[in-house]
Amino acid sequence: MKFAVTVTLKKDVLDPQGKVVGQTIKNMGIKNLNQIRQGKFFEIEMNEKDSMKAESQVKEMCEKLLANQIIEDFKIKKAE
Amino acid sequence: MKSSVIVFPGSNCDRDIAVVLEKLQFKNTMVWHKETELPKSDLIVVPGGFSYGDYLRSGAIAAKSNVLSEVTAQANKGTLILGVCNGFQILIESGLLKGALLRNIGLKFISKNVFIKIISNKNKFCNKYKKDQVIELNIAHNEGNYFTSKDHLKELEDNDLIAFKYSNKKGEILNESNPNGSIKNIAGILNNNKNILGMMPHPERMADKLLSGEDGLDLFLSIMS
Repeated sequence: MKFAVTVTLKKDVLDPQGKVVGQTIKNMGIKNLNQIRQGKFFEIEMNEKDSMKAESQVKEMCEKLLANQIIEDFKIKKAE
Repeated sequence: MKSSVIVFPGSNCDRDIAVVLEKLQFKNTMVWHKETELPKSDLIVVPGGFSYGDYLRSGAIAAKSNVLSEVTAQANKGTLILGVCNGFQILIESGLLKGALLRNIGLKFISKNVFIKIISNKNKFCNKYKKDQVIELNIAHNEGNYFTSKDHLKELEDNDLIAFKYSNKKGEILNESNPNGSIKNIAGILNNNKNILGMMPHPERMADKLLSGEDGLDLFLSIMS
């Protein structure tokens, strides 16, 4: 069972890397860019048939390790 | 006094700390991160460096290591814990100190001497300093931009838990004297019980005249007093 997890900085946390990437994109000539935020992406494969259980374990991974919830939000998507 | 210095793969300030502690007659033990027991210690130091190559987030992997459970147990019993630089990041990631350390606002690794002002000296780490004293210490980090919630910031201020702030030589706390974007220029904080100090500047690098200064020495002398 596969999951895709994205971790991004919360809206009110400054994302200096995203800002630099955004400025570079504008410099490349794509002027209609509104906003870009940089984050992290994890592909997770679980040896587990019970999808409820697997999902709750992925959530646990996010809460305890993959994201720092003071500054980051996470989204879990089941990939198949 | 007895001390333990925790060593992770990628720690690089562990020996500097040990040299200072031994010079001050601490009976010091270096403790590898896989250990599940700590020697009896009055002080545990989580040193600077790049534990686990800063993978995921600085300090995030080290915070889940065997030895950190033991450090946490000792911290809860009141043992003094000092986290410097990456050590501060590890204490934050383990939840022993609250908040987060983000990338420096200018996105650059900063290695330079800075002035810091003693905001609180009523604790076991700073009692040899005078309140509002300005000292010069070295910083060397990429993720030292301290951030925390409004509620926690108020808690820090109300309970005298901000140990140091970045200032200029005169002790003025200005934007221009903030090297990394830390909220309210915060350079070091204490937990509610004041037995845990996390700080980005390196006191161990300024603890000998032969090096670049002695302004960090009083931190270790405070611990001993």
